[in-house]
Amino acid sequence: MHIDPLERKWAYTALGMAGLFVSIIMVDALIHGINAPSHVETIDSARLHLSEEFAEDNLGVKVDAEGAITVRMVAGRYSFYPKHIAVPSETKVTFRWVSTDVLHGVHIPMTNMSTMIVPGYVAQVTTSFPKPGEYPVLCNEYCGLGHDHMWSNISVVAKENWTAPTNAPVTGDAK
Amino acid sequence: MNDAVENKFILSHLWVAFGAFILACFMGVYQVLERSGFIEALTSPSVYFASVSTHGVLMAFVLTTFFIMGFGYYVASTSLKIPIWNKPLAWTGFSIALGGTVLAAIPLLIGKASVLYTFYPPLLAHVSFYIGATLLVVGSWFWCAIMVVMFYQWKKANPNQPVPLAMFATTANALLWLWTSAGVALEVLFQLIPLALGWMDTIDPGLARTLFAWTLHPIVYFWLIPAYTAFYVFVPKQAGGFLFSDEMARVAFIILVVFGLPIGFHHLYMDPEQASGWKLLHAFGTFVVSFPTLITGFTVIASLEIAGRLRGGKGLFGWIGTLPWTNPMTLSVILSLLMLIFGGFGGLVNASYAMNAMIHNTAWVPGHFHLIFGGTTIIMYFAIAYYFWPILTRKPLFSDSLALIQLWTWFIGMAIMTTPWHVLGLLGQPRRISSVAYNSLLTLSWDPYEFVMIFGGFVLLGSACLFIYNLAKTQLSSASAEFVQQVEYAEPIHAVESLPEYLNDFKLWNKVIAVLMFISFGVPILQFFFMDTFGSSGWGY
Ligand code: HEM
Ligand SMILES: [Cu+2]
Ligand SMILES: [Cu+2]
Repeated sequence: MHIDPLERKWAYTALGMAGLFVSIIMVDALIHGINAPSHVETIDSARLHLSEEFAEDNLGVKVDAEGAITVRMVAGRYSFYPKHIAVPSETKVTFRWVSTDVLHGVHIPMTNMSTMIVPGYVAQVTTSFPKPGEYPVLCNEYCGLGHDHMWSNISVVAKENWTAPTNAPVTGDAK
Repeated sequence: MNDAVENKFILSHLWVAFGAFILACFMGVYQVLERSGFIEALTSPSVYFASVSTHGVLMAFVLTTFFIMGFGYYVASTSLKIPIWNKPLAWTGFSIALGGTVLAAIPLLIGKASVLYTFYPPLLAHVSFYIGATLLVVGSWFWCAIMVVMFYQWKKANPNQPVPLAMFATTANALLWLWTSAGVALEVLFQLIPLALGWMDTIDPGLARTLFAWTLHPIVYFWLIPAYTAFYVFVPKQAGGFLFSDEMARVAFIILVVFGLPIGFHHLYMDPEQASGWKLLHAFGTFVVSFPTLITGFTVIASLEIAGRLRGGKGLFGWIGTLPWTNPMTLSVILSLLMLIFGGFGGLVNASYAMNAMIHNTAWVPGHFHLIFGGTTIIMYFAIAYYFWPILTRKPLFSDSLALIQLWTWFIGMAIMTTPWHVLGLLGQPRRISSVAYNSLLTLSWDPYEFVMIFGGFVLLGSACLFIYNLAKTQLSSASAEFVQQVEYAEPIHAVESLPEYLNDFKLWNKVIAVLMFISFGVPILQFFFMDTFGSSGWGY
């Protein structure tokens, strides 16, 4: 096989570039633990109201005994429940999203809180919000004719001004 | 080797493709207008989503499949210099695919299949949508079989000879498509059709998404390979030079096919049903397939440089000016590569496992694929059409200057439409929304970009109309039947006399693909049968 020396050099350069990108991703994922939401955990979407974890009074922001913050949210055509939540800035928050019906996606613009919400699965994302402010929570996967209207709100409150919701802490199995 | 019957057969494919294309372009302009919300009277989610579903299916499945089949038949018969094998079978494939298209179009147009071209369950369309889409794919399998048979017919008649590059690439694409379409075929046959007919009560959307992801990545190479084929086998000759390397072209096609297949999970980065290890494995493969594209870029630019220098270009960049910019094929490849540079950059962002969270399912994504699919790929379909039309109709092209204007306006329109679309995504706008109903200040920042997008959409529609007009005028003209032009395949600077079997056949590569597919999809698919999963019932119309 005939390969021109210049092309050979280019091929090595191309492989080097791809290698560099892959290494950055691998270092981020394996050393810094920056991973996409990949928490393979199933749940019966048809019986969410009967499940302990996603029963109505358990939704929203909860702080457990160790102070870890978990937010449980339900997506259903065409809203996210609860409609409004408040979380502290610069603090680790674990979101657990489930769908009652079809496929949804959720994104809080300008943040990396993004995940698909697949019926039958719990989508778990842990992140923290550096900047306080009011953010919309938008459905970003087509879920039916009312998809445009599927959104809710989140307030990111400066860490020092935030107070935990008063209801008793619950222990979910957030890992 | 290309008689009138074959010409008619190939033109039939291309007209179905471009008919779908122009219809979808009109829908596209309606969509950019509607989604902006600037015209109150236009607002209607039900019409919008019926339109986007139809536009997506027409562009992604109908335009491409029919174009690729027609292109493949032509390349096979002219590069191998043998007639199309088994014409009745070929016509049968065409009819099945066309019948399927019509069957799917009916529910789409009346809003009974507004599930978008990705039809993610448990949203459920009317069953005739799924059956129609299946028939379209089944029809294309006839084409795949005919390509493979012709490849081996030629090899048998010419033992130890290198298969012409154009046919090597086309057969690679046929095999790629057989492997690619298997994923979605499994999803449709074992999940969606049974659910739509009520034979099953529930399905697992996680499994459905995994199977769809199998198809969703390599399908883009199915669309792209004809464009790359033109880069290698037509462009160098049209520009007045030679192909820089025939062998590296084969290497590029092989890597595209082999590594394009096992990497679909980059569409599932944000999904909960697959674990991060599998996603990382697919992320790795995704960067591997950037390699053949970088090699293609090099070979094409090197071939153009040879042409430019042969035409008297001097100095480091002088050869660019001496290229035949008024040759539609040459102009197209330049514009196509420009769009590939920007689209490729966007693709790197999408492929980056963690950065993906920032743009996933935002307006950035349609911005990206309009640029790289509607732009890079489709502009080469135009170039191929301009090149083939005079040959197939035996009439000179109605207007060369109109063709050049059309190519430039398509490029400019794409730049105008997709740049703001990317920005909207970074500003948080979701894709696939028919109006902006969020009561949030953020949305105020979107308006100017919507406005520019609309302008770009109109430029593109105008360009698309010019394209169809030129082709129709050419075919309908009463020009002399004496006009005969032959297709010319580019010669490599180093003629290839013999090739190792692995660069001249796919037997080895099919085995490699089978192993890679098993590694990257085996456990991720089997897990659904070992985990305690819960089905979802369908949500229809
Ligand atoms: C006149 C030119 C075009 C215009 C104005 C246009 C506009 C649009 C718009 C506004 C959408 C809806 C996006 C959304 O709601 O997120 C869309 C979707 C789509 N377009 Fe185009 N388009 C054009 C040409 C093309 C071309 C040439 C292709 C590819 C060959 C293409 C492929 C698609 C696909 C596959 C979708 C479906 C996306 C989805 O379901 O999310 N379009 N187009
Ligand atoms: Cu939605
Ligand atoms: Cu992909």
